[in-house]
Amino acid sequence: MPLLELDAVTKTFGTLVAANGVSLRIDSGAIVAMIGPNGAGKSTIFNAITGIYAPTAGRIVFDGKRIDREPTYRIAAAGIARTFQNIRLFSFMSALDNVMVGEHARLRARLWDSLLHTPAQRAEERETRERARELLAFVGLERLSERYARNLPYGSQRHLEIARALASSPKLLLLDEPAAGMNPREKHDLVALIRAIRDRGVTVLLIEHDMGLVMELAERITVLDHGERIAEGTPAEVRRDPHVIEAYLGAPAP
Amino acid sequence: MIYIYFLAAIAVVVVAERVPSVGAKRALYAALGAALLLAPLVDRNDSDYNVLADAGVFVLLALGLNIVVGFAGLLDLGYAAFFAIGAYTYGMLASPQFGIHLPFWVLLFVAAALAALFGIILGAPTLRLHGDYLAIVTLGFGEIVPQIFQNLTAYTGGPNGISALDFPSFFGHSFGQRALPYYYVTLALIALGLALARNLRESRLGRAWMAIREDELAARHMGINTTLVKLSAFALGASFSGLGGVVFAAKLSLVSPDLFQFQVSVLIVSMLVLGGMGNIPGVVVGSLVLTLVNSVVLPQANALASAVGLHVDFSSYHFFIYGAILVGIMLFKPEGLLPSVQRREELRHATAPQDVRA
Repeated sequence: MPLLELDAVTKTFGTLVAANGVSLRIDSGAIVAMIGPNGAGKSTIFNAITGIYAPTAGRIVFDGKRIDREPTYRIAAAGIARTFQNIRLFSFMSALDNVMVGEHARLRARLWDSLLHTPAQRAEERETRERARELLAFVGLERLSERYARNLPYGSQRHLEIARALASSPKLLLLDEPAAGMNPREKHDLVALIRAIRDRGVTVLLIEHDMGLVMELAERITVLDHGERIAEGTPAEVRRDPHVIEAYLGAPAP
Repeated sequence: MIYIYFLAAIAVVVVAERVPSVGAKRALYAALGAALLLAPLVDRNDSDYNVLADAGVFVLLALGLNIVVGFAGLLDLGYAAFFAIGAYTYGMLASPQFGIHLPFWVLLFVAAALAALFGIILGAPTLRLHGDYLAIVTLGFGEIVPQIFQNLTAYTGGPNGISALDFPSFFGHSFGQRALPYYYVTLALIALGLALARNLRESRLGRAWMAIREDELAARHMGINTTLVKLSAFALGASFSGLGGVVFAAKLSLVSPDLFQFQVSVLIVSMLVLGGMGNIPGVVVGSLVLTLVNSVVLPQANALASAVGLHVDFSSYHFFIYGAILVGIMLFKPEGLLPSVQRREELRHATAPQDVRA
């Protein structure tokens, strides 16, 4: 059984068809990439998966349960975490607090515990902080844990978003252009980081424009163009696919 | 004499928040607490405690509003409505109005719960609103509630309100006309309020509030049920002013709609802005400064003016004076007198709000 399955997902905004019958299967433990020119519908698909948009038609099944009518917070709690194309950290909270917010769905403290700081709450807070520190260390930010998110260098902000996303112990991690704006060295580190994330048992779906990175990292690739899936396969298959070549380079001269 | 209380309390908080050592900070606050508890041994002037008990009620209100506006970032301009609900709870359930005479201590809980319930009633329809829009709706709510109390004459005594409220009693000792017992009640409630507000800030719920204040969409992606989290901010914030309302009504032995007009909401928001929104010690300082101006400085200025033969009513200039204070703060220290580190940073790097859906 695949971890995530999109079955003919369509999303329209008025007359604009942002996604048209897109199907996708992601197996547990895979690293899958979604590519396509700007406006192809990649972010729309991410937003449909995380419940920002309800699909106009089609089904999304995650971990055996339909999620396409669920609110975002419940989808997050069910095990889907994401990062954003334009970074959306909690700017005026410390890096550590950002990751601790990320743990929200895992925590059990009720209103009463928060008000009275019951022993159980204290123990949970200690453990939450400890885990947040571990995650910051995992992405290489242990030295910057007290800095405000907005004061971190750009690359570190991208890493912090990943740490925050991992904090909920997700089964599936969605990365929206994680390498955008990174230099070759940073990209190289990112590849290692994403592989390490997968080795922790997290399935990864990423949107990325850097073809070198996608070809190196992804086990399977889905290609979208004008809201439709035009190809799906291994990197080698996708690279040879005439539809993909046409979408990226234009049709051959007659 | 009364100045000493305010200035000492303000000075202690400001100094305590500046000292680097946690031990010294705790010692300062402990000393302040002890001094406030023991002050009646030295100062036997009951009118001082009258002013201080009122100040205490406003500290409590400011602490409550700080949960809504400071922590969760939900601008509420109708907060006086919950204060009114608390006060009328006491007015209707501890007076000859219906012949119901429930004890003060029970009504504290009842009023806190009722105010919280109305917090949810206000919160529920406004969940999708932000910033200015939310402010306008809450402002409307703040206008509606005193209007209802004014017009439900059969239950609330209409514009005259309800008078001759019961004197609370403590183990059989009636509070009577003295202000001192109320002073101790407000001290206890402030201690409770401070502890709860601090606990909330350092908790799962407090972090969720800050997260929705910073970026609601991202907060939802963290698994935060923003509906529940916002409603809990409205409810908890309102419950503080329910408590404040009961004390206020009991001390005055009167409730009437004109005590809870828009200006009260503005006053409390001004306290937060002046002191430093989101920062608990800052909020306390802000409320002390404005109550000092309001209930001590202005009346004394009036007395002084009439003593030298001037006929100026400074109290009627209080809006002008708040306005001047707020403009001054915005110009010279926009983050407030005693801001949280967060707030200071925010205002230093004010950027256009991000609203792009990623």
